[in-house]
Amino acid sequence: MNSVWIIAKRELGSFFDSLVAYIMLIAFLGFSGFFTWLFGSDIFYVKEASLQVFFGVAFWTLFFFIPAITMRQIAEERKTGTIEMLLTKSINYRQLVLGKWLACFLLVVIALAFTLPYYITVASIGDIDHGATISGYLGLLLMSAVYISIGIFASSLSSNQIVSFLLALLIGIFFHFLFGILAGSTSGWLSEVFDTLSLTNHFESISRGVLDSKDLIYFISITLFGIFMSEYMISKKK
Amino acid sequence: MDISINQLTKSYGFQKAVDDISFQVKTGEILGFLGPNGAGKTTTMKMITGYLDIEEGDIIIDGQSIQKRDMKENIGYLPEHNPLYHDMPVVNYLAFCAKLQKVPNHLVDSRIKKMVQLCGLDVEKHKKIGELSKGYRQRVGLAQAMIHDPEILILDEPTTGLDPNQIVEIRDLIRQMGKEKTVILSTHILPEVEATCDRILIINNGKIVADGTADTLRKQAQGQQVLQVKVEAPSPQAVYEKLQSLPSINTVDIINLDTGRFEIQSRPESVSNQHIFQMCVSEGWVLMEMIPFETKLEDIFRELTMN
Repeated sequence: MNSVWIIAKRELGSFFDSLVAYIMLIAFLGFSGFFTWLFGSDIFYVKEASLQVFFGVAFWTLFFFIPAITMRQIAEERKTGTIEMLLTKSINYRQLVLGKWLACFLLVVIALAFTLPYYITVASIGDIDHGATISGYLGLLLMSAVYISIGIFASSLSSNQIVSFLLALLIGIFFHFLFGILAGSTSGWLSEVFDTLSLTNHFESISRGVLDSKDLIYFISITLFGIFMSEYMISKKK
Repeated sequence: MDISINQLTKSYGFQKAVDDISFQVKTGEILGFLGPNGAGKTTTMKMITGYLDIEEGDIIIDGQSIQKRDMKENIGYLPEHNPLYHDMPVVNYLAFCAKLQKVPNHLVDSRIKKMVQLCGLDVEKHKKIGELSKGYRQRVGLAQAMIHDPEILILDEPTTGLDPNQIVEIRDLIRQMGKEKTVILSTHILPEVEATCDRILIINNGKIVADGTADTLRKQAQGQQVLQVKVEAPSPQAVYEKLQSLPSINTVDIINLDTGRFEIQSRPESVSNQHIFQMCVSEGWVLMEMIPFETKLEDIFRELTMN
């Protein structure tokens, strides 16, 4: 566990050193703030004291931003050869992957923490549903957990960051909406399988405030699957 | 900790990078790993460090197979291309490595201080690694390999990129470390092996072609003794003829007849120093020089690896 934290701390430090963190935070807050407060069907247009609008926007912004922070995780270690240095220290594949995952996850947590003023603002101007808001945040965190895990897996496939980024998006698109579309255009058990696989469905039910163990199991199992696959790829391709 | 390598094999595709090699290294021994590019040195080292999986055979460290027990904590490794995080300051990087290698928290600072001093990084310690010259990066690489005071040091070309002064320093350092630890180092620089290593292992095409000290390798490579002598005598021609008649001498080559310089090759298994001396005494000649000619390690290396 200690090694996981050492890796995560270094990685988080390098996000902030390399400006990746600042760019990601500013862009995320800029986008989500703009669409939540100023433009389109924003909070004032919806006329409801709820953060549903923000969750909808963040659902998409995170989808694009997470591959941008995960793409370098393993790919760059491969390219510069530092992976050899890391793996000859007394850590195993799992600790390495978990450390990387934790660093990305913490960056997303920091980004979401900066949106807490949205919550406070809306709560002060209207009667907000606290339960739904908390589970909305939970939904975003779970969704991020899944995409980070997929992103790190994509990063472990290649030593080229752009390839990793595109791969992560490609896999992500399936979970984000292609499975949903496929579920609609098929029928019977096949439709149910696609329906279960679609991340959007699970996210929507959580962000509406319904905490179902089925959804939790879905998010956690895909996250773990991604982590195992990354471990496997790192051990295979050296 | 002793290392024992037993019938180790590793192939990339159809090509065998390491082909059934076996050797032992004992504590307090510095083993020099020699071989042309692509001979399998780095592959072997990577397997000892646990980075590459073992395909066939086994590596036993301290009586235990590394496939069963993780020995990474006891190994310090300097990889060939010395990969480092260029965006990290030297001290932070060393702290990161120390913690990963499970150096207790209260010792981390003192270990870093020691390494900074040992590897001469004092002036550069707060700079980012990316800003350092190649020689200093190499020092950082060495520092991170030794930060946790490992029992075993695996150094893949430790002196590349260093200037002559640094090379001497690093060699001294390695020799000093080698007294209590087990050190395996690979290099292309042949004088380096002679200067630092107790034992030399030459591998070619994945196979061990020579194993021993520099002296035993020389003897193996060349059975006959070669001497260069200079004899002051009234008639150099007489010296030449007399030398040829000595029973222990195989051939005499004239280097310069006027100054009386000859190159002498003894017969196999015999030594001719005494005979030459006695000959000069009995003839009343003056023996000005007698230089034993050593086969250069370069020649042995070339002979063993060119085919």
